[in-house]
Amino acid sequence: MASQEMEQLVRRDYKEGFVTDIESDTVPPGLDESTIAFISNKKGEPAWMLEWRLKAYHQWLKMTPPSWAHLDYPSIDYQAISYYSAPKRDEDKPQSLDEVDPKLLETYEKLGIPLHERAALAGVAVDAVFDSVSVTTTFKEKLYEAGVIFCSISEAIRDYPELIKKYLGSVVPQGDNYFAALNSAVFTDGSFVFVPEGVTCPMELSTYFRINAENTGQFERTLIICEDRAQVSYLEGCTAPQRDENQLHAAVVELVALEDAYIKYSTVQNWYPGDEDGKGGIYNFVTKRGDCRGDRSRISWTQVETGSAITWKYPSCVLRGKHSIGEFYSVAVTNGRQQADTGTKMIHIGEGTRSSIISKGISAGRSNQSYRGLVKVGPRAKGARNFTQCDSLLIGDTCGAHTFPYQEIGNSTATVEHEATTSKIGEDQLFYCQSRGISEEDAVSMIVNGFCKDVFQELPMEFAVEAEALLNVTLEGAVG
Amino acid sequence: MSDAVHSDVQRFLDRLSERSNARGAEPTWIAARRQAGAARFEALGFPHRRIEAWKYTDVRAIARGDFHLATDADFSPATAASLTLPLEAHRLTFVDGIFAPALSRLDELPNGVQLLPLSRALVENHEALVENHEAVGGPLGRLTGVEFSAFAALNTAFMEEGAVLRLASGTIVEKPIILQFLSRAGEAPVMSHPRILLEAGSRSQATVIEHHVGEEGAANFTNLVEEVILERGAILTHYKLQEAPLADLHVASIHVEQARDSRYTSFNLNLGGGLVRNDLVAELDGQGAEANFNGLFYGQGRQHVDNHTLVNHNAPRTFSNENYKGILDDRAHGVFNGKVVVKRDSQQIEGYQSNANLLLSDRAEIDTKPELEIYADDVKCSHGSTTGQLDEEAVFALRCRGIDEQTARGLLTLAFAGEVLEQVDLDVIAERVERAVAGKLPERFNLTGLVEAATALNEE
Repeated sequence: MASQEMEQLVRRDYKEGFVTDIESDTVPPGLDESTIAFISNKKGEPAWMLEWRLKAYHQWLKMTPPSWAHLDYPSIDYQAISYYSAPKRDEDKPQSLDEVDPKLLETYEKLGIPLHERAALAGVAVDAVFDSVSVTTTFKEKLYEAGVIFCSISEAIRDYPELIKKYLGSVVPQGDNYFAALNSAVFTDGSFVFVPEGVTCPMELSTYFRINAENTGQFERTLIICEDRAQVSYLEGCTAPQRDENQLHAAVVELVALEDAYIKYSTVQNWYPGDEDGKGGIYNFVTKRGDCRGDRSRISWTQVETGSAITWKYPSCVLRGKHSIGEFYSVAVTNGRQQADTGTKMIHIGEGTRSSIISKGISAGRSNQSYRGLVKVGPRAKGARNFTQCDSLLIGDTCGAHTFPYQEIGNSTATVEHEATTSKIGEDQLFYCQSRGISEEDAVSMIVNGFCKDVFQELPMEFAVEAEALLNVTLEGAVG
Repeated sequence: MSDAVHSDVQRFLDRLSERSNARGAEPTWIAARRQAGAARFEALGFPHRRIEAWKYTDVRAIARGDFHLATDADFSPATAASLTLPLEAHRLTFVDGIFAPALSRLDELPNGVQLLPLSRALVENHEALVENHEAVGGPLGRLTGVEFSAFAALNTAFMEEGAVLRLASGTIVEKPIILQFLSRAGEAPVMSHPRILLEAGSRSQATVIEHHVGEEGAANFTNLVEEVILERGAILTHYKLQEAPLADLHVASIHVEQARDSRYTSFNLNLGGGLVRNDLVAELDGQGAEANFNGLFYGQGRQHVDNHTLVNHNAPRTFSNENYKGILDDRAHGVFNGKVVVKRDSQQIEGYQSNANLLLSDRAEIDTKPELEIYADDVKCSHGSTTGQLDEEAVFALRCRGIDEQTARGLLTLAFAGEVLEQVDLDVIAERVERAVAGKLPERFNLTGLVEAATALNEE
């Protein structure tokens, strides 16, 4: 394909780029104790929660941003960010969809997610986070019947303080890392899921996150707890409107799986990646960690990462329970000037623990992508087993693909395997398709989708369709 | 810098000034480099575990040591004979870093081969060697600068002795060239900072064997820096057989620069040493250059063996292949960090990397990190890393055939090492390593016997 044509295709516009004009109730930029007190007060939080936040803040002050990742971005001025933004009418929250601000509904329409229809048809409960306050939660009652608690974290702090006290920060402590500490101090919303003993959540839970107001960072905090023999599948999807200012996003997700519990956490991330010169775009610094506390528990992370200017994200599993299982399936696509440093950590502590990691990276344009993973087998993890595969596909000669897998093995009964390959789309594969009348563009799309198949088949149905579409859009025209 | 750390660094600097005073005046270009090395070392201090490249290796055993510098090269000829590789070869021997003419063999050097100790090459106005000053001073430190690490800086500050090998264009050296480093068991531990410079002219060919060995009970510190330059079409096979006594501390930085169509093959065989760190870096600067890294490390007791390798594909159509095997027993700790970097526009690269580790004990530990950093698209790169134990079914298969368990395990372990050893062309070295691995295995007598029997069979 002529390079000009290619460039035109690569220079596609961000299809989800628009701004919904809703007045926001935003605090002036800056971060100090009073900002945190303001957030806490605004959320109607008890005193112990404010203390918890301040403790995180004081730890954060002593920390320095991590510099080890293979990322290049200007240093962030944390005092130039506004830490709270909520739709103005948060005093009288809508009780049902009819009461929801029509402009918000319009936003969802533009995204192709008609909330009511989608929720009803797909049987998905949506806790839609619009900026920082959760605006509407559907199917709450149905879940309530099953005994599942699914609400915003602010509600949980108010209504279930005992659970919050017990589990919040127990997987990702306040001082875990720079961004987790920041999140702990200023988080404004997120989801809380509690599935009691023996309950299989009757539907897939889903939250659509959106970043809207200019200059506000989004700091969600998600906490999912599965008691003994409980199961839940959680879907997280993200898009953001087109903006020129870099927007900071530092979320924390904590998963707790007790005996025989199973948590499946799927993410499709399609935030604004910046224009072709790398201007604008979301900075995404996320700490996600699952704790397999109980024996035979299982946590599975699946992610499709196509957006953000900077991605710094390592969903991890702490395999504490005997025979617990950790899984990580990832597809990351970078184009333009995107940079991604992502991977996973599998910490084998208990006997007979197993983990598998499948990571597929596709770099195009002038982007850079790294897989960074750790597999650690402790001395008590007898018979631990890990399999890791990370493959990279390079499209074009100006991108980069890197692999940094760490393996720390302290047990002779452990079996750990790692393999990685890096290559471009084979000329012969392309030729084969083209000689059968398939256009180059379609051929690339077919080959790339085949390359990612191992991961896509782990996604829930609704997401799998979306993910394939996203992939095609992101790679449009980037034929090597 | 904390006081303790500061005093560690200061102790080495004190040794350096003692040595400088004793040495007297020397050519300014050497003094200047020494000074630069010392300054850099003082600024860097010893690496600590918060530095990524030293994350798994604690060098406090070196930093806290009080090492003197050897003053003579006396060594019992009988012991030396027993330690020397039984090979018909050209040989340079160093005892605790000091050149030992009596134990060296520099006669019968073919035309076009220059092999001499560094001390002679550094001497100014030495007749017939006048050109050495420039020829040696130029390349020395070009590949391994003082910036590379605190140890490289320390070596530059102390450098006095080592080996210089230069091959003229088209020279083919039939016999291997042995650089032998003997470690003595003395009253006080000593340190040595050998510096090796290998320059292979275009289309030249040679085999260099670097052999580190010593008296049992020695506990010395060797800090080696080695610069290898391969000109167009040169072929060099480089064995590093490290059998140092178990209390020895060994740090080596090896830099290789390869021009078009050159081929460098490294065998990094580590059996000895209490604390071992190897840094092997190859720069593939010309099309068609090829680097082969083969490695084997065997750790027992509380040995710590760290291998860091880096291949920089700086030119298109370059090729690298790496295969490292680790066997760890008792409380040994192995580290492997292999990195392949493909620079922008270095197209049509092939880079393969494999690291397999065998843990024989529950308390052994391996930390491995095979890395790829790729900025070009028309490449074929892969890496694989495995860690596991012996296949119980294979053990069972052998036991069905009347072989006792210990021997079965030993044989399988040897077979694991065999993948690297069968690439070794010099039987003397392959057998020596085999015997060492077999001998170190639990049921030593059975296996050593087996290996000997097999060797005898081959000879018949």
